[in-house]
Amino acid sequence: MDWTPLLLSAKLAFWAMALIPIAAAPLAYLLAFGRFRGKSVLDAIVALPMVLPPTVLGFGLLMVMGPRGVAGAAWEELTGGRLVFSFAGILIASLIFNLPFAVQPLRASFEKMDSRLLESAAILGLSPAAAFFRIILPNCIGGLAASSILVFAHSLGEFGVILMVGGSIPGKTQVASIAIFEAVEAMRFNDAFLMSATLIPVSFAVLMIINKLNARRP
Amino acid sequence: MLCADMTKRLKHFDLELRFSCAPGAITAVVGPSGAGKTTMIRLLAGLERPDSGTIAFGGQIWAEPESGVFVPARKRGLSLVFQDYTLFPHLNIRKNVAFAATDMDRVDTLMDMFGIRHLASSKPAAISGGERQRAAFCQALARDPVLLLLDEPFSALDVATRRNLRANLKELKGELNIPVLHVTHDLEEAVFLGDTIMAVENGQAAPDWLHRQCMLPQQYPTGLSRHAPVRSS
Repeated sequence: MDWTPLLLSAKLAFWAMALIPIAAAPLAYLLAFGRFRGKSVLDAIVALPMVLPPTVLGFGLLMVMGPRGVAGAAWEELTGGRLVFSFAGILIASLIFNLPFAVQPLRASFEKMDSRLLESAAILGLSPAAAFFRIILPNCIGGLAASSILVFAHSLGEFGVILMVGGSIPGKTQVASIAIFEAVEAMRFNDAFLMSATLIPVSFAVLMIINKLNARRP
Repeated sequence: MLCADMTKRLKHFDLELRFSCAPGAITAVVGPSGAGKTTMIRLLAGLERPDSGTIAFGGQIWAEPESGVFVPARKRGLSLVFQDYTLFPHLNIRKNVAFAATDMDRVDTLMDMFGIRHLASSKPAAISGGERQRAAFCQALARDPVLLLLDEPFSALDVATRRNLRANLKELKGELNIPVLHVTHDLEEAVFLGDTIMAVENGQAAPDWLHRQCMLPQQYPTGLSRHAPVRSS
């Protein structure tokens, strides 16, 4: 059996887990503490990937990230390569798809925090940005870890969005879920079983870790 | 000198207060629950904005809605001690006290004075409520504030701790030489600490409130006036 799809899935999940806080933490902060017009619109936009069919999201991303799309053209200008059907492309798609799954637990963790701590920080001279890094994040480390690990688990099982944006290029964009689907289609049930049997305990372990972290939050 | 002439629309009444606090003096603010005392403190701290009027300190306007001036809390250089401690849970006591301090010797001196030096490496969750409140006082004082606001800081403490903290505060008063505004429910505490006592009821200065609380005849001299606190006798 070829283990490359599993390794590629692990690589994608790792990078998604590592990078998601950069986008999710500021968004969660805005949604938890921000008072601005259009907050409910931003909230809905962030949550949209959770309710959209993955193929619809994937199609939208394909349009934007394709050679004639805004992001795709800019990427090509910058790197000379294509964004769709590349690892970078499926990683970006994965980050967008996972955003609500990271933002929601993080936002809940921020909202659980005693708001007087932030008032105290402001009185002691901290700017909102400094309070975010020095007070909020250290006190919500459990929520941050839970949201990142959830993204890791979620990325391992992604199918529709990855298929739309990355296709199924072995060694490049063919992740485990796609490889399992193709193995079943080709009636290679042993390969499909081995890959599935590897993913199940990993996903179970990840969920156990999240449960532990949630019990300790924020 | 802190000068405030401010209004704020609240749910059941309008807060309308005009007063000043001189450096080196403690102004004790008393009144029933829900009188607007905490809102007053929050307005002075910059945690809320007044609807109209002016809050000024040392010649600088901190808040004046009419001219669009509002200095945020972080730029006012004041300290506020809440009713229940607000220490940062992820930092140990020394790091909490030194959080906004510029002089580390001052941090050690204050920790000695408030008897919490031995708790330096403890986290807030591991010490008692009284110890946490002492640490909160040290944190507030260590930054060398221009104004000290105290919002019922002793109310959740046992009698002995309360007495010790009151004594510490009284001892520090002269050395600090800054205006101190102390909100309390405890009339005895107000009399013990306050150079001036200001009674507030339904968002207004209520000079007769003390008389009613103490069942004193109206002519009893408490030194209160409607618009500006007057040194108590």
